[in-house]
Amino acid sequence: MGLDVARIRGDFPILCRQVHGNRIVFLDSAASAQKPVSVLDAMDRFQRSSYANVHRGVYTIAEEATAAFEAARAAVARFVGAGASSEIVFTRNATEAVNLVAYTWGRANLAPGDAVVLTEMEHHANVVPWLMLAEERGVELRWIPLTPDFRLDLTHADDLLRGAKLLTVSAMSNVLGTINEIGPLARAAHAAGALVLVDACQYVPHSATDVAEWGADFAAFSAHKMLGPSGIGALWARAELLETMPPFLGGGEMIRDVTKAGFATNDVPWKFEAGTPAITEAIGWHAAIDYLEAIGMADVRAHEVELTGYALDALSDRFGERLTIYGPCDTAVRGGTVSFLFDGIHAHDVSQVLDEDGVCVRAGHHCAKPLMRVLGVPATSRASFYVYNDEADVDALVVALEKAEKFFAL
Amino acid sequence: MAEYEDLYREIILDHYRAPRNRGELPVPPAHKIEGFNPLCGDEVVLYLMVTDGVVTDVKIAGQGCSISQASTSMMSAAVKGKPVAEARKLIRAFKALMSIHESKLDGVGDGSDLAAELENVRFGDLEALQGVVKFPVRIKCATLAWNTLAQGLDEAAAD
Repeated sequence: MGLDVARIRGDFPILCRQVHGNRIVFLDSAASAQKPVSVLDAMDRFQRSSYANVHRGVYTIAEEATAAFEAARAAVARFVGAGASSEIVFTRNATEAVNLVAYTWGRANLAPGDAVVLTEMEHHANVVPWLMLAEERGVELRWIPLTPDFRLDLTHADDLLRGAKLLTVSAMSNVLGTINEIGPLARAAHAAGALVLVDACQYVPHSATDVAEWGADFAAFSAHKMLGPSGIGALWARAELLETMPPFLGGGEMIRDVTKAGFATNDVPWKFEAGTPAITEAIGWHAAIDYLEAIGMADVRAHEVELTGYALDALSDRFGERLTIYGPCDTAVRGGTVSFLFDGIHAHDVSQVLDEDGVCVRAGHHCAKPLMRVLGVPATSRASFYVYNDEADVDALVVALEKAEKFFAL
Repeated sequence: MAEYEDLYREIILDHYRAPRNRGELPVPPAHKIEGFNPLCGDEVVLYLMVTDGVVTDVKIAGQGCSISQASTSMMSAAVKGKPVAEARKLIRAFKALMSIHESKLDGVGDGSDLAAELENVRFGDLEALQGVVKFPVRIKCATLAWNTLAQGLDEAAAD
């Protein structure tokens, strides 16, 4: 393995604790990742030494805080290959970033009968905002279906895209682990006259990301899935789109001038950032990016490809057909998120038994109920990997699953 | 003994593996009520027949974890053939059984108000679900069937 996982794990205080007397085996990074001490320290140091509101004061620490906040924006822009810092709008999370597009671009550009194309593997965050527009103004939703090996079935993509205004698609499924190739999808969408929004919140933490290379128009992602704090995410959008989009929330920061009769908006990206932002969290996100860049995103991806292959082999070797894995078996087209289900044992019951061994996996519908309906299951268990996981974690998962299977055996 | 063995008592696993009153009833005259646990995707479909103030028949469909399905099975056995008033009393008592622990944790009370609901109630098999209170995340799994029943009794009363 390329990564020194033992050393990395030492950087994460929470991974040193025990649960029910066992070493914690954290396999739920797809829900939210743990934080290295460098992120915790950066936030603590900032709060102790330079904290003030941003873009307001002219005193020293206010200027320091503003500089650090904008440096974080620049780091985020660089990390995803944005053309400029001004193309990064800070939001609360990836969900808010998608909603921002639906709320501002969507309401300015979508009329009754206009079509939005999405896929059956989308997270609720990339489904419900469009359902809301469908309800509110009769926007038509078209769904790209799945192939039997859990990838997008693009057989009829051109038909689905014809006349559509927007394609919105996940770069990596939070349930199946499937990685969708954005480049060709974006070209097909653009050829049909549609813009492209990418839900990148499962992809950005695990692979080198270049939004320019994707050729997309919008991308949504968040800090907390990539070792940073919760409470901050970002929308990347091409500058000319941000310029023409109406503002989102109204308030301080987003204005240039306000009179009793009206207001003029601030420059992008601040036009979309009403109110005091998540300042300390931005500083934490910057530190998380530094941490990941020190490892190298190519090495992060290589590590997860290897570990995912090990996990898929271990699960099928040990449990065979009694356990179904929902996701591609080819590690080249999937990330380190592995959903599975025992025949006849509910995912929640499995998780409960795993917890006894300190093994943390997610159980449920993973905020993807349309996908669960396509798969024909009410819930799955999901193990997801990151830089601090290794083969020993997978082995612990398998041992705990053996116990669960034995306990619930009919 | 693993902690979870306190949750999964044998009688619970028995109801999970061999659920009572599975099936459907013709609607109408029966009422069909669907209950969902948005957290985990558990689903209860309850068919309820109420005649002259008595729960004359109950059938259950849907899918979910062992706790939700066992609780649903036990509920169906407990209220079938009982007067509606008694079923409602059992709902209150069961929810008190599930929430007494929570309200103590929240520090909002000592649980004595809820204890009144539990007096003179015979739980039978349902007693086994008491272990659920030690696993707060699972309480919603246990109460799903009872909330669905309450909704069904309300709908039947509105006829």
